[in-house]
Formats: sequence, structure tokens, C-alpha cells
Amino acid sequence: MSSHYEAPIREPLVLGDKSYHDISVDVGAPVLGKANKSWWIVFTISLIAFLWGLGCIIYTLSTGIGVWGLNKTIGWAWDITNFVWWVGIGHAGTLISAVLLLFRQKWRMAVNRSAEAMTIFAVVQAGLFPIIHMGRPWLAYWVLPIPNQFGSLWVNFNSPLLWDVFAISTYLSVSLVFWWTGLLPDFAMIRDRTTSPFQKKIYGILSFGWSGRVKDWQRFEEVSLVLAGLATPLVLSVHTIVSFDFATSVVPGWHSTIYPPYFVAGAIFSGFAMVQTLLIIMRKVSNLEDYITILHIEYMNKVILLTGGIVTVAYIIEYFIAWYSGVPYENYVYLSFGAATGPYWWAFWALIICNLIVPLTLWVKKLRRNIVWTFIVALIINIGMWFERFDIIVIDLSKDRLTSSWAMFQPTFVDIGTFIGTIGFFFVLFLLYARTFPVIAQAEVKTILKSSGESFKRLRAEHGDDHSHVIVQEYPANAGPAANVEDKNFDTAFSDSKAEDNVDTVAAEANKGKINSLLNTVGTFDPKVEEQDDLQKINGIGPVMEQKLHQIGIFTYDQVSRMTDREYDLLDEIVSEFPGRAKRDDWAGQALKLKNKN
Amino acid sequence: MASKKIHAIYTDDDLLMQAVKQTRAANYHISDVFTPFPVHGLDHAVGLAPTRLAITSFLYGLTGLTVAVVLMNYIMIEDWPQNIGGKPAFTFYQNMPAFIPIMFELTVFFAAHLMVITFYMRSKLWPFKKAENPDLRTTDDHFLMEVDIANHDVEKLTKFLYDTGASEISLIENEQDH
Repeated sequence: MSSHYEAPIREPLVLGDKSYHDISVDVGAPVLGKANKSWWIVFTISLIAFLWGLGCIIYTLSTGIGVWGLNKTIGWAWDITNFVWWVGIGHAGTLISAVLLLFRQKWRMAVNRSAEAMTIFAVVQAGLFPIIHMGRPWLAYWVLPIPNQFGSLWVNFNSPLLWDVFAISTYLSVSLVFWWTGLLPDFAMIRDRTTSPFQKKIYGILSFGWSGRVKDWQRFEEVSLVLAGLATPLVLSVHTIVSFDFATSVVPGWHSTIYPPYFVAGAIFSGFAMVQTLLIIMRKVSNLEDYITILHIEYMNKVILLTGGIVTVAYIIEYFIAWYSGVPYENYVYLSFGAATGPYWWAFWALIICNLIVPLTLWVKKLRRNIVWTFIVALIINIGMWFERFDIIVIDLSKDRLTSSWAMFQPTFVDIGTFIGTIGFFFVLFLLYARTFPVIAQAEVKTILKSSGESFKRLRAEHGDDHSHVIVQEYPANAGPAANVEDKNFDTAFSDSKAEDNVDTVAAEANKGKINSLLNTVGTFDPKVEEQDDLQKINGIGPVMEQKLHQIGIFTYDQVSRMTDREYDLLDEIVSEFPGRAKRDDWAGQALKLKNKN
Repeated sequence: MASKKIHAIYTDDDLLMQAVKQTRAANYHISDVFTPFPVHGLDHAVGLAPTRLAITSFLYGLTGLTVAVVLMNYIMIEDWPQNIGGKPAFTFYQNMPAFIPIMFELTVFFAAHLMVITFYMRSKLWPFKKAENPDLRTTDDHFLMEVDIANHDVEKLTKFLYDTGASEISLIENEQDH
């Protein structure tokens, strides 16, 4: 079909000979299977880190903010650094799902689910810091404009800190809804594929009863598009407003009109670095290398290059303008000669090396497509972007206008513990997600399979662009789709009511669903390339049973050997005469032996 | 009154599209189609009217904007005007530049959430809702077309559907109309 055409020079986004069913199986496997040992090890480590962080938070709240390393000069340090760092990381998810949807980038489909999950979990971490910093988090509702017992003491709508409250809660809730709406069809797939009644119930609840009606899909696509249109300015607004926290102040180095676009670019930069970090591991652990390919990694590296370039330009401008202003205070800001040679020289150079120099290696195509190097670069960028926020906050504050109050910042174990705790919490959430959620938007990937799947691209290359892409396992109309020829291949659809008189025939038409499901697992028999085996050699199969198996479409030991309890039950339903016989005699085991003898 | 339907299952989206077009051309009524993923152009082929969710979203956005304006005007201008950093608080108009971020956020908040809630209500999606796809495989790799029998001849209709490439056909009798 020409509607599936995609330029042959584009590399495939789905590798291997995948059918729609294969996608369901591959995406469902981590959820329906069991966790391996490495998952438990990483989960335990994350959980310990999280608990340690929780202890530090409880200590902070019960004792007071004084347990942090803050001093009179540096009144904001790790807390706000971590807040901005996590919010920044939380930008890639919605960017991938919203902005790239508007740009019709097909490669987003394999990574958007996990990127959005990462967004939500990162914003949860970010939200913790202002709430802890309040000192009395049980009064956190005071940030909301609600009538209260102090007369009409309202919140201040002129303050960027209040804008933050609205921006981040809107961003978190809209991202969550966007993510969940996209998850409904995939939860439904898991619900319908699982055999465990418990999972069926849970995923039935999670999927909101998604049925996949054509009208639902129409609305689904419209909602996705409109949400993408809303989320795109939203994601830009969030970090813009976060940058206002600094830009509307009068502290040298903070009071900068370049902040909004520079912060947004930095956020996307760090967000994509975190996506790379997580997905490079996940594609390996969850066997999703066919979906999250080297091409996806390269595309994300290109976004990192672009946003890293914007950040670089912003750094250079900041440095230049600080110097050009001639104002002596500007020589203490985080991008200045004073910072590069002063007591925080190590933080300055960490920023320059991690964010400016190392990402430049991605201009080399070989390195951009090198998974190990990409992983290292992503980690370095994560560190560099943390230092960027640390530099902005701590270096700018450390030397204020009064020389006598200049100070350095020394983090306490509580500062460090809280930060590590949020990293642990983030990974706890992400690991649980990776085990229980469909980590790839399988419904969306299925829509691009025919245009961007490797096998379909190969078919087009071999047979021309007009090659039919119809996938049919069993074709009643062998001449091709819907050749409406009279009487072709058609007996009667509902034979079970009348044709029951012949006892020896399996009611093939009535049991078609079961037979198909049976053949799906054991495989079909192709008389052109295979030879049929003597099934009567299997103990328990007589001439009558063999005939019935042949009617179903089972001719070889190979097929019988693939039968499990489920197939035995199906067989019993189709052929009701010998219930439980197949299982009792272990046909599959016998067939396996006979097969290996041949 | 009992309504009879035929469920025809297809294993391919292109085949389904073609079958839908042929079935409609033959003047049979397709009452529903269940697919595992959004098939591009299927809603049009089935003859569905375009969805109006985007329009509702626009209206919800206007509501959000209004709420933001009314809220901030009441709090910052009428109820308790304060001099904050010298920002003029005498009229809403003068103080408005500081309100733009929240006006934007609330517009998005209302537009996004109310639209999604409308979608869930209209499509009857909520926790504990029972799924209604008649065949479990329609969330995996099968496509199910539901055709009303009405006063058509069942044999003829099933044969027709069979020839459109359906891999399975079953007759469904519903006791109650819904």
C-alpha cells in the first residue's frame, strides 16, 4: 500500500521481522514475566538510598533547616539546586511526547512512554525540595489561594515563587494525564494477554475498560493532538517560570534576561541526557533493542547537541556581557574570570568541561552511534547540569556586594543524604514502572510498523513501493484481499447447528477461534516445505485422534512438542472425546523425543 | 427486541480498511469496529462524524482564563491591594503583566483536564469499567468489524464478509438493544 511509503534512505525504526503480535509479546514480556536478579539488586540499592533520604528529611523536619549547610550569605544551596536539576530532567518526557508529536517525528513512539514516566518521577522529586524547604510541610496548602483564618491574607500573585506553584502543579498533573491516556490501550493489551486473574483485574482497573472502538480511537488521537498542543507551550513555560525565580531578583548573575530561553534549552539538554541514561540500560535489560535502536539513540544525541549548543552560546554571552558591563560585582558571577580563578574554580570548570566540551564529541557520527560513549556522555551531562545550577546559586551568592559577608558553602550529611535519597526514590519509582507498565507505547509503534519496520522496508526494496503489506495468517480468500468471487472457499459460516451428524469431523468452523489460537502457539504446517510425521507413534494417539489432529492442522512432532497445558485444554475443548488424555500421556514430551530421533 | 450482529475478524489493518469500504459500499451497516491501534482514516471510512473534543477544549481554556482573571482581580485588586515591590495594584490592567504566567497556567490546566475528563466520560472510560471488546485479540493484533444484520440474509452477508477477507465470522444475538 502506498500509504505506508517511507523514503528508503530512512533507517528502520523497528528492527527484525516483527508482526503486530510480536510487538505485543515483546512489550508485554517484562510485565508478564518474572524479575531477574539484577533488577532486585538495583531495586534494593535504590530502596536503601531512598530510606536514607527519608531519614534525612525526617531529621530536617524534626530539627529544622539549620541541619543543612546554609549560612547567612548562602541561604539557598543544594535544596534549590536539586529542585532545578530535577525539574530540568523532567522536561524531556513531555518534549518528546508533545513537541515531537507536533513535528510528526515517528521515532518518539518507542521512547515517549519511558521519557514521560521519567518526567513525572523527576517532577515528584523536584516538588519535594520546596516542600521540605518550607520547614513546616504540613502547612504547604498555604501556597494555595484559599480563604483562611487570618482575615483575607492571600498569596502573592506577583511572586515568581507562586507562579512556580501553579506552573509545576499544572505541568505535573497534565503530564500525568497525558501519560495515562496514552497508557490505556497498552494496559488493555496486557489485560487481554495475561493469564493471571489477579493481573487481569488490576490491568482491567488501570485500563479504565478501554475497548479500542473506532470512535474511542478517533477521540484518543484528537485528545493526544490537543494535549500535545497545550503541553508544548506548557513545558516551555515551566522552566521559564523556574528561571524567573532568579531572573526577577537583583542578585548579580541572577538578574539576567537571557535566563528563560537558556534555562529551557538547559532543561531539555539535561532531560535528554537522563533519558539516554535510563533507556540505554532499559533496552538491554528488557530486551527492547529492536524498538529502541541505535538510531533512536543517535536522534536523541542530536537533540542533545542542539540544546547543548544553545546552552553553550548562552554561557558565552553571559560571560561576555558580565565582562563587557564593566561592573566589578559581575566579576563574581558564575560565568566570569573571577569565578574561573576564584575559590569555586573547580565548580566552574566542572560546568565548562561537562556541558561544553564533552558533548562536542557527539559531532562525530561514530561516537554518536556508540552506545557506551553515549552512556558516558549522558552521565557527564547529568553531572554538568547539576553543577550549572550549583554554580548559579552558590557561586553567585557566595560573593555578594559586602566583602565582609563573603562565604563558602559546606554541605552537611543531611544535604547529601537528601539528594541521594531523591535519586533512590526516583529509581525506585522507575524500576517499579519498568516491571509493571508497558514501557513502550505498543499501540503507537504498531501504527508505524508497516512504514518504518525493517522487514516491511525490505519488502518494499525487493518488490517495489506498491507491494501489498497485508498480514494474513490464514487467508480464506487466497487470491488476495477481498476478491469478491462467487462461492470461493466458502462453505457455510455456521455449520455447527446442522452439520453435527458427522461424528468424526471436528466442528471446524465453530471452533475456528480455538483452532487458530492453538495453531498460533504450536505453529502451522506447510506441506510444501515440511513432511508430516506419523503421529500414531505417540502413545495415546490412535487413528481417530490422528485424523482429528490433521483436521485441526497438526501434522508434525514439532507442533505437538510445543503444546503446553493451555493447548491441551484448547484441544480438549475442540475434541471433546478424550478429555485430559493428552496431558496424562505427556504428548509434548513424547513428541519432543520422537522429533529429536528423526 | 433481539438485535443480531455479525462479528467479522480481520488480521490486518489494510484488509480491514478495504473491507470497511466494501461493506459500506454494499449498504450494510457497520455498528462498530474494534482495533488494537488507531488505523489512519478508519473513522472517515466508517463514516463517523469528526469529534468535537478540540472545540470543548478551547471553551474550557476560555473558562480557565476567566477563572484566573476573576480570581486574581478579586484577591490582588479588590479584596486586599498591597504595594509589592512597587508593582502598581490600583487597577487590574496595571498589575496584569505580573498575572500573565498564572493566566496562562490556569488556561492550560482547565483546557487539558476538562477535555480529558470529557473524553473519559464520552467514551465511558473510568476505573472499574468493564472492557467491552468482544474478542481479547482485538487489543493485540486482530481487528473486529461488527455489522448489523437487520433484515439482510445472514448467509449472504456472512459470505460477503468472508469474501472481504475476514478470517473468522461469528453470529451474535443480543437480547437487549443498547
